[in-house]
Amino acid sequence: MSSRARLIVFLVGALGLATVFALGFCDLPPMGDYRGPYGYVVTQVAVFERHATDVVNAINYDYRAFDTLGEEFILFASILGVLLIFRPSQNSEKKESYDPGQEDLPASDALHVTTQGIMGIMIVFGVYLTTHGQLTPGGGFQGGVVLASTPILVYLAGDIEAFQGITSSALVKFSECGGAAGYAILGLAATVFGAHFLTNVVPLGTTGDLFSSGTIAIISVCVGIEVAGGFVQLIRVYLREIVGAQLKEQE
Amino acid sequence: MILHVPYFIAAWIFLWGLYGIVTSKNLVHQVICVAVLQTSTYVLLLSVGYRAGGTAPVFADIPVGTPVVDPLVQALMLTDIVVEATVAALLLSMVVKANELANTVDPDELRILTG
Repeated sequence: MSSRARLIVFLVGALGLATVFALGFCDLPPMGDYRGPYGYVVTQVAVFERHATDVVNAINYDYRAFDTLGEEFILFASILGVLLIFRPSQNSEKKESYDPGQEDLPASDALHVTTQGIMGIMIVFGVYLTTHGQLTPGGGFQGGVVLASTPILVYLAGDIEAFQGITSSALVKFSECGGAAGYAILGLAATVFGAHFLTNVVPLGTTGDLFSSGTIAIISVCVGIEVAGGFVQLIRVYLREIVGAQLKEQE
Repeated sequence: MILHVPYFIAAWIFLWGLYGIVTSKNLVHQVICVAVLQTSTYVLLLSVGYRAGGTAPVFADIPVGTPVVDPLVQALMLTDIVVEATVAALLLSMVVKANELANTVDPDELRILTG
């Protein structure tokens, strides 16, 4: 199909789709006029039922925990797919021809010092976000991504050897699988106590305490570990693909 | 009517993302268009869940019963943002391999099929 014909087909379809959208939107309640029962019900009961003050995470890791488990495995499967596609092959010598165009400048002392300072802050912030998901905005997904960004800082500071050491460690490999497995095992553990899959069986504790809300906090940490491990793996394989020669020298 | 504008913005973003996917001449650009298309759902969900005068659904420092926006749509979005990033990474890795095998990132020129 020529690009012109394709565009015409698209425009006809888009016009129809836009009409359906417009008709549908006109009957929706205007923005701000929230009517759904679920938001009202869950914000009223979540704090008392689950002892978690962040209702978003109470939904994510408890009321909708089964859905989140599914999304967790989408994440797991996509990362696995990237690792599979970028697996080292025998005839990968042609990647050596990568030419950055100019010699790399040595990293300055200011860069090293700043990066190390920021790294400490980011690790603390990532751990804080992951472990306080049940109390304040945050949780495993956000904290995991913040934690996963720290190895990039090491790489940017030019310390490729350390970057290689961090990202290829067994801990990273384990954390992705371990986090995902931890979530599933926690769900199965509830069935041992005769409850349904992913029921919140852990004692709920005092509302507002760090160790409260039962499985919400534990699942949040599991997700944080998995997301951090998964994203570090992604960063590693992408950098190996782009600057392969440089990283291989260190191996 | 003015309060319906966010829904139309969502549809607007969705259709432009779709336009980009259809007319793209570069696979990397196409992957970004998929990401743009997906962001339209965030606009729609947040608009649907917004409650006039509502604050964030976190009761760490406000009493239960304070008007808040719908936390359900936020929970849906939150997981989707992270998952979307990894799905984009998977698509981009396929683009890298396509470029290695066919030496092109133009979807119209990707017509090879080898065993």
